[in-house]
Amino acid sequence: MENKNERRKEQILRMSGVNPKKCMRCGKCSGTCPSYDEMEYHPHQFVSMVESGDLEPLMSSPSIYKCLSCFACVDRCPRNVEPAKLIEALRLTVIREKGANHLLADQIPALLDEEMPQQAIVSAMRKYSK
Amino acid sequence: MQVTEYKPLIVAFCCNWCSYAGADLAGNNRLAYPADVKIIRVPCSCRVNPTFILRAFQRGADGVIICGCHPGDCHYTSGNYYTRRRMALLFSMLDYLGIERERTRVEWVSAAEGAKFAATMNDFVSTVAALGENKRLEDLRCKK
Amino acid sequence: MQRIGVFVCHCGTNIAGTVDVKAVAEALQYEPGVVISKEYQYMCSQAGQDLIKEAIKENNLTGIVVCSCSPRMHEATFRKTAAAAGLNPYMVEIANIREQCSWVHKDIPTGTEKAIILGKAAVAKVNLNAPLTPGESPVTKRALVIGGGIAGIQTALDIADAGFPVDIVETKPTIGGKMAQLDKTFPTLDCAACILTPKMVDVAQNDKVRIFSYSEVTDVSGFVGNFEVTIKRRARYVKEDICTGCGLCTEKCPQKKVPNEFNLGMDNRRAIYIPFAQAVPKVATIDPDYCTMLKSGKCGVCSKVCTVGAIDYQAKDEYLTEKYGAIVVATGFNPISMEKFDEFAYSQSKDVITSLELERLMNAAGPTGGTLLRPSDGEHPHTIVFVQCVGSRCASCAEKGKEYCSKICCMYTAKHAMLIRDKYPDTDVYVFYIDVRTPGKNFDEFYRRAVEEYGVHYIKGMVGKVSPEGNKLKVRASDLIDGKQLHIDADLVVLAAAIEPDKSARPLATMLTASMDTNDFFTEAHPKLRPVESPTAGVFLSGACQGPKDIPETVSQAGAAASKVIGLLCKDKLTGNPCVAHSDEWMCNGCSTCEKVCPYGAITYQDKEFRMPDRTVKVRRVASVNEAVCQGCGACTVACMSGAMNLKGFTNQQIMAEVDAICK
Repeated sequence: MENKNERRKEQILRMSGVNPKKCMRCGKCSGTCPSYDEMEYHPHQFVSMVESGDLEPLMSSPSIYKCLSCFACVDRCPRNVEPAKLIEALRLTVIREKGANHLLADQIPALLDEEMPQQAIVSAMRKYSK
Repeated sequence: MQVTEYKPLIVAFCCNWCSYAGADLAGNNRLAYPADVKIIRVPCSCRVNPTFILRAFQRGADGVIICGCHPGDCHYTSGNYYTRRRMALLFSMLDYLGIERERTRVEWVSAAEGAKFAATMNDFVSTVAALGENKRLEDLRCKK
Repeated sequence: MQRIGVFVCHCGTNIAGTVDVKAVAEALQYEPGVVISKEYQYMCSQAGQDLIKEAIKENNLTGIVVCSCSPRMHEATFRKTAAAAGLNPYMVEIANIREQCSWVHKDIPTGTEKAIILGKAAVAKVNLNAPLTPGESPVTKRALVIGGGIAGIQTALDIADAGFPVDIVETKPTIGGKMAQLDKTFPTLDCAACILTPKMVDVAQNDKVRIFSYSEVTDVSGFVGNFEVTIKRRARYVKEDICTGCGLCTEKCPQKKVPNEFNLGMDNRRAIYIPFAQAVPKVATIDPDYCTMLKSGKCGVCSKVCTVGAIDYQAKDEYLTEKYGAIVVATGFNPISMEKFDEFAYSQSKDVITSLELERLMNAAGPTGGTLLRPSDGEHPHTIVFVQCVGSRCASCAEKGKEYCSKICCMYTAKHAMLIRDKYPDTDVYVFYIDVRTPGKNFDEFYRRAVEEYGVHYIKGMVGKVSPEGNKLKVRASDLIDGKQLHIDADLVVLAAAIEPDKSARPLATMLTASMDTNDFFTEAHPKLRPVESPTAGVFLSGACQGPKDIPETVSQAGAAASKVIGLLCKDKLTGNPCVAHSDEWMCNGCSTCEKVCPYGAITYQDKEFRMPDRTVKVRRVASVNEAVCQGCGACTVACMSGAMNLKGFTNQQIMAEVDAICK
């Protein structure tokens, strides 16, 4: 079990290319996050929880789908930590371990509305399919 | 056949004001690099006579690296520019002699760049190690 | 044949931890020339040095090798030890088995093996060493201070106090620097002008000090004790010795729309101006970029109103060359540009300001007369947000921010927050911090007082976004302790901008051949033991040009730099470096190549008579080296085609011997 978690963490770090040790705990990512109030765990918590190997709660939390992938946190992080990439890697790990897509591509058009920005649609494709 | 780990022999000429101090800083910060690197202190990189490098290869060195101050920062104002030109000439001659270009290098390392010094040495040693032993200029009479 | 002693230092466990010191001493015992080989706990200690001295005397040693720390650390120590025992100090060689061996290698066998090789190289070199005697050079008893801020002022005053003449070169029309722009100073809250201006007057009235304001250094040559510096005195179009500083011209000048840099462009000044009331020297300066007379030849109001006839539109830049024994760099700092931090909307809203701008907004001589008003509409702000570490501790983009901590921001932000709460108790003040760093006497108490007595809201977290909406600034920030995202409608946002060295420092460092770090701060000769000296002899560092520092630290460093300068100027003669080039006249073929490569012009050619083996006399052209001017770089030794030129202390033979020893 211990080993599985370690492997998972390693995989997440490799997939995202993020080194959470670079984080200096300033919280600018969470200060900048537009969907902060929607999330149970916030961007800065993702970084520190991944570093301490606390992956289960993150992976079972809806927070990973609340991230808009707007990359504001990546842009503004003073230490180049890139939390959004970490969240994306967690999301992908969940989807891969399930062996199925969270959403099928066919289901997406029905969920779209006129107002939705292009960027959100693109990131939805990235987020909800493998 | 028994395989022993090949250890290259690297001679590093470091200028007293920047690179030697950079090497000291690497030491102060305990930044490890292979023990194959042996440093010779010279007042300025321009003190390095091309014959020293040929002599090192003749005596069996596998790689020679010259480290000086960054261009514009030479303690003696222009010494490293001389180095750059002289070594460009020497390296093309070595190339002609069949010594791989990777066995020689000029690097600028300032007194504040301990990390760069260690990284440079790690990189240079692994590059030279990959090339293997230097036989081309080695003078067997110098071997004991 | 030399009689060499080898001394291997344990340096506690620093060396002995990864190097088998006994094995090194034993291995070196059998090297050619070695007659004695010893190891000891701490060679640099008194007992260690005594051991070396006794060994030299008992064994009639002619040279010694010390295997210890870097020669940059203790070479001078061991040379003195050798001299005390009657040995020429240049018969000492150091094998660096600490910084370049034990500290960077992990296991004992490799460490020991390398230490032995380094020791062998040093022994091989000593075998070829020759006793050297340094030459002497005179000392010009005058110092130059570059930069007229608090650091430069204090250094100049201290040097002048000791009786030596000092010149201050300042690029601005007045001395005073950044401190003159500050309102109050932490942690005592005394007014900056009240403590700075008396010093400015002192320095102006001191007959040992000359102030070259509106001037810059354009060229430096020479060496410690004998610098020759060219100073460019920019034309100020006002005769400095005649102008009385009455200020009439600055009131009458019709060109009123010049951004006032002293107030950071928040108000306007005239084209002829005196930066501030207490300026030193208190003389007017014409800004050639805005003066209509200088640009189009039509106006001349200032010259008409000037009662003493000080205006001179024909003035030209002047260059003067002076000799100095020592140079102190005190070029100071600037806040970094906030333009690239889009998320804080600095360029979008006038109400997002830097801390230095706030300093002017709160100053009685500032654009608002000391009442804190919003720059956009002149209203009283009721909610003020301070953002710390803007651009400091920022590793993401080198163009944007700085990786280091700017050190002074935590304290000045606490000061600003406290002063605002004190003067305007109805204001809500939020400070967003990553860490509050307050080491210093009475500093943490000061910060706690801001929180406990003045009710400043300190929030652990960072502002992510500031967006101007109407006349409000929407601030979105995180509160990491409460786990909340905060949305604050602020009236004023104050950014604690990182500080960076002044832009003039880089070209100056090149002129002085003084080294700098990657952030353009000057490096010190030793980070702990020689903090106010540059590695270049005769160049000293004062204030924020060496690293971020607050006023008390700057003043103490300024005093320290002054004492080092005084120590240098007190000497009548300096002993030079004996490791200089030397030409073997019999081998020299007179080709002039060395003369051309010498950066100091130390090599000249002369015709000399030589007695040939057949008893005829022949006149030959040969190189000769001026030992007082030669700095010992060795460029000539490599350029010399006949092999006549050699560098004492680093001869071709010695370096070859080292190469051989390493490659054996």
